[in-house]
Amino acid sequence: MAGAASALFLLDIKGRVLVWRDYRGDVSAAQAERCFTKLIEKEGDPQSQDPVVYDDGVTYMYIQHNNVYLMTASRQNCNAASLLLFLHRVVDVFKHYFEELEEESLRDNFVVVYELLDEIMDFGYPQYTEAKILSEFIKTDAYRMEVTQRPPMAVTNAVSWRSEGIRYKKNEVFLDVVESVNILVNSNGQIVRSDVVGALKMRTYLSGMPECKLGLNDRVLLEAQGRATKGKAIDLDDIKFHQCVRLARFENDRTISFIPPDGSFDLMTYRLSTQVKPLIWVEAQVERHSRSRMEMTVKARSQFKERSTATNVEIELPVPSDATNPNIRTSMGSSTYAPENDALVWKIKSFPGGKEYMLRAEFTLPSITAEEPLPERKAPIRVKFEIPYFTVSGIQVRYLKIIEKSGYQALPWVRYITMAGEYELRLI
Amino acid sequence: MSGHDSKYFSTTKKGEIPELKEELNSQYKDKRKDAVKKVIAAMTVGKDVSSLFTDVVNCMQTENLELKKLVYLYLINYAKSQPDLAILAVNTFVKDSQDPNPLIRALAVRTMGCIRVDKITEYLCDPLQRCLKDDDPYVRKTAAICVAKLYDINAELVEDRGFLEALKDLISDNNPMVVANAVAALAEIQEHSSKPVFEITSHTLSKLLTALNECTEWGQVFILDALSKYRAADAREAENIVERVTPRLQHANCAVVLSAVKMILQQMELITSTDVVRNLCKKMAPPLVTLLSAEPEIQYVALRNINLIVQKRPTILAHEIKVFFCKYNDPIYVKMEKLEIMIKLASDRNIDQVLLEFKEYATEVDVDFVRKAVRAIGRCAIKLERAAERCISVLLELIKIKVNYVVQEAIIVIKDIFRRYPNTYESIIATLCESLDTLDEPEAKASMIWIIGEYAERIDNADELLESFLESFPEEPAQVQLQLLTATVKLFLKKPTEGPQQMIQVVLNNATVETDNPDLRDRAYIYWRLLSTDPEAAKDVVLAEKPVISDDSNQLDPSLLDELLANIATLSSVYHKPPEAFVTRVKTSQRTEEDDFADGSETGNSESPAYAPDSSTSPPASSSSAQYAGRQAVAAPAASAAPALVPDLLDLGLDNSSAIVSVDQPATPAGPPLPVLLPAATGQGLQISAQLVRRDGQIFYSMLFENNSQIPLDGFMIQFNKNTFGLAAGGPLQVPQLQPGTSASTLLPMVLHQNISPGPPSTLLQVAVKNNQQPVWYFSDAVSFLVFFAEDGKMERSTFLETWKSLPDSNEVSKDFPGIVMNSVEVTLDRLAASNMFFIAKRKHANQEVLYLSTKIPRGVPFLIEITAVIGIPGLKCAIKTPSPEMAPLFFEALENLLKS
Repeated sequence: MAGAASALFLLDIKGRVLVWRDYRGDVSAAQAERCFTKLIEKEGDPQSQDPVVYDDGVTYMYIQHNNVYLMTASRQNCNAASLLLFLHRVVDVFKHYFEELEEESLRDNFVVVYELLDEIMDFGYPQYTEAKILSEFIKTDAYRMEVTQRPPMAVTNAVSWRSEGIRYKKNEVFLDVVESVNILVNSNGQIVRSDVVGALKMRTYLSGMPECKLGLNDRVLLEAQGRATKGKAIDLDDIKFHQCVRLARFENDRTISFIPPDGSFDLMTYRLSTQVKPLIWVEAQVERHSRSRMEMTVKARSQFKERSTATNVEIELPVPSDATNPNIRTSMGSSTYAPENDALVWKIKSFPGGKEYMLRAEFTLPSITAEEPLPERKAPIRVKFEIPYFTVSGIQVRYLKIIEKSGYQALPWVRYITMAGEYELRLI
Repeated sequence: MSGHDSKYFSTTKKGEIPELKEELNSQYKDKRKDAVKKVIAAMTVGKDVSSLFTDVVNCMQTENLELKKLVYLYLINYAKSQPDLAILAVNTFVKDSQDPNPLIRALAVRTMGCIRVDKITEYLCDPLQRCLKDDDPYVRKTAAICVAKLYDINAELVEDRGFLEALKDLISDNNPMVVANAVAALAEIQEHSSKPVFEITSHTLSKLLTALNECTEWGQVFILDALSKYRAADAREAENIVERVTPRLQHANCAVVLSAVKMILQQMELITSTDVVRNLCKKMAPPLVTLLSAEPEIQYVALRNINLIVQKRPTILAHEIKVFFCKYNDPIYVKMEKLEIMIKLASDRNIDQVLLEFKEYATEVDVDFVRKAVRAIGRCAIKLERAAERCISVLLELIKIKVNYVVQEAIIVIKDIFRRYPNTYESIIATLCESLDTLDEPEAKASMIWIIGEYAERIDNADELLESFLESFPEEPAQVQLQLLTATVKLFLKKPTEGPQQMIQVVLNNATVETDNPDLRDRAYIYWRLLSTDPEAAKDVVLAEKPVISDDSNQLDPSLLDELLANIATLSSVYHKPPEAFVTRVKTSQRTEEDDFADGSETGNSESPAYAPDSSTSPPASSSSAQYAGRQAVAAPAASAAPALVPDLLDLGLDNSSAIVSVDQPATPAGPPLPVLLPAATGQGLQISAQLVRRDGQIFYSMLFENNSQIPLDGFMIQFNKNTFGLAAGGPLQVPQLQPGTSASTLLPMVLHQNISPGPPSTLLQVAVKNNQQPVWYFSDAVSFLVFFAEDGKMERSTFLETWKSLPDSNEVSKDFPGIVMNSVEVTLDRLAASNMFFIAKRKHANQEVLYLSTKIPRGVPFLIEITAVIGIPGLKCAIKTPSPEMAPLFFEALENLLKS
């Protein structure tokens, strides 16, 4: 079962090798390049788009980021999940170093790229991908010091994500609770699937090695403590923690305790698969008058309490690709025709709860059509929005205790926001 | 933090190399550093800068870490091409491995391990020994991996110097990162060692489970993967392990989650308490669902794995089908996999919703996805009897949209539905007939023709419909021709009127005299003879009851499934193939042989006359046997007055263009007993032994059936799952009724290239055998690659040389067989020749014998073979060159078996 990558390639958009690191000497760059360019050429074939490809005894796994492909090659039965995830982490490391990962930034920094490839993977085994700590001992020219660096303790410590000796004048923690609502409504108006994916995003500016403890209104915990669940306690379906959280401790008594990394990270994500009422409901009626004109009537309704307000609402309505001459009126907000996406985009800056707005649009259609019309791309209506100070799940941060041996007081700031994730209504 | 390194790429003047050489030897530090950067830049864009080796190595002794790293990188790349000069670097390496800075110590050991030059390796041992006991964990963790590197280059050295012991000690290291890397290294070494190197005891297990809590996410994956091989002693221990692993399901890293799932599933096998199992299933569902919010590539891996998990434990995700509904923006590879799982999870309870989804997908624009969605509807109809009617009505709605490829796909699946539920839904035939003229794909056409033939008595104008196809009979693809032939015969038997009578004349004429396709011709002759001698018998044969089909496509054999589940998260689970099928680890250190070959073959030329007498004694009668094979195919139909009780196997699968090639009463195969594939204990008393054999240029499945049960068994039938070689039955299985306590053997002719499974080659052949009394038996067999070697694989010497040269080096694969001894060239050659590997030339190289041989597999793919060995001394090396190097592992496996025995 053991297995590791033979080599890691960074390729340009045409599949040519930009930089590569050979870890095992059993896959050549020419071989990989040949296979990959072949793959890019036959783009239309769905089989060729699989991220795991077998060719000539070698398995290639790749991801794309901007105009760069990252790819591993292997001759063994290696852990596919781990290597693919590792590639995504490599992207994060490069982004931390060069702000953006693209062909140019790789060329401009090839020396550091080689250094990093040497450090993050050894003999094809992923080693270390904490960008923040890596940058303590692998530096770009601008930050390079002439003193010889040593590996930071954190690289091999149990706390591998945080270095010691961090100092802040003012100790602060920002905690954002962000919930994305995913919803799929089918063409007869039925909610096929809905779930909420939440994330606790943290930014920490704390000195030393702070010990943190987070309390949520988690039903399992509150009941275990024998507390009357006054107010709302919630059931979280699946919780995923950043590696800093002690999982065994959580399993034991549901306490979320951790030493946080410095800066921003996702402390935890969770999922709720309860049926949620669509926060913004959109109905659209399309009428085709004669062959050359169509009329669209769209109603958007906010289905949350009046005291909340959705902001930056964007409703993307699909229109036929051959529609022209739009004539649009809205009762609120503005709308633009985006022919490049075959869509009409209706933007409403502020949408209070319990309101309903309308849009009417008229398009001209060509009067001549193909005899056997091809099926049209049936895009769903897609909605984007944000509702600040509101969560669907009702999750609440009850406390965030921060204890450091120097005994400083730290200020936690908590914010809540709900936004649309994959919000699709197949209505037209 | 952007750099400006790109300037180093831009110095492409004419005198680049001399210029660089000068700069590398500059007295100024900065200039030297810049020059090394330029060299690395040139190396990056693929220029050969190996000529600067000495100059670059001279820059190695530096305080500057960045410069040192670059020189090391250069060494990794070019040391192999300059092995003699590489020795220059050794001193610095050894010195660096004792540097006060741990970063440099680790760097030196890490780099030395990457240089695959024997001379360097020798000097690696002492520094490695020191570094394994270094005070700094960063150095120790690097040294741990370095042991695996050294093992890859020189396994003996690792064993002799006691590095394995040192590595095992590191498992108890106080640093979690060191432990994780030691585990990874040991697991890898174990994979390639025949000795027990890394045995997990309950003591190490508990130690590693503790380390799990403290190491990095990647380290956790190493440990979980290694531990998943551990077999708990009893249910109690299994429960304890599971308890300690379950917290990992909450980890943000998907790879950690999947490896934890793997481990839990493994241990669950041992747990007897149904409550515990149920509880675990409940615990695993949410993390599995959450994997679908990961990056699409990870989702793909997760979906391939979930596909396996739901086959083993369908209850885990039984209520979660909705999460597999496709999102509009999912990449196509994710959508395809989701569809597959939706079919698996479809049940009477959720079918309405699922059908609504499939219908939605069937109107999208991506043709392949649409087709798969239509097919999915059909598969649900076959799987769920109570939902079949609803499925059909959805299919009919889709046909009404009149999108060409949707209609064709729908007809293909409706054909299967008719097979599954005979005499139930024929009322829709009229609707299908309306779309007759839009069909242009062979499979759809063949399906429609099958439907017309099968239900000829209910379609008033069946004769007209078939006639419309007949005009173009000669131009149709074989698949359609075969169906037309059978359908016309069915029509004639059902409505023996004048019209069909004329049609049958035309068809039989077309299918016998006018065609070159032996399958078609043979089938036509059988029908002809049947019709002319005994029309009633013809009725019995052609219109016989067909066995009911079920949707077992994409359902894996239980033993394979278990193996794949033990490999969750790995490539094996993505491919749904066992690791042996695609792992091709070739040792790279022996790639220098290629150059030798050119002159080697010349010596082979000059020396071979001496060998001529031998070669003439051993060649197989290839020409005569080929002739015989050809004759047999023609002669066979006459011999087979197919007994009436043989069911209509011709229609078993539409794409199975099987010709009945019957063999004269199967003689008991001589030679060693056949391997038992289905032991009597599993087969309720029925024992099946079988093996593929090659006889006179034709492949047969030699089978032995033993009935140890209490009841007579009859009506035996066989089917083969998709496999690498597309092996399928070339005729019906001829086994008479088996009384209790009796046995029967048979030779089943096999055909190739029928139902080829995609993906990496594998020797796996999955077989299903059924009879009228028992459930269907599934078992699997390992194909010996030898049976494919054709009798006409001998090459002219000149052709051999040309072919060798024309194939790129990447097509060469070699392998060592340390355990094999060649005692005599002649005996070895005889043995190889008996398996159709033909001698071309030989030469002597020092005390080694080098033999060149050739062979050929179907479709004319040649294998050029080079075997090197010293007479009487264990150890044989084989290099092959072929247009299909992916077959190399199969070849080597077969060769090893042949020479070992």
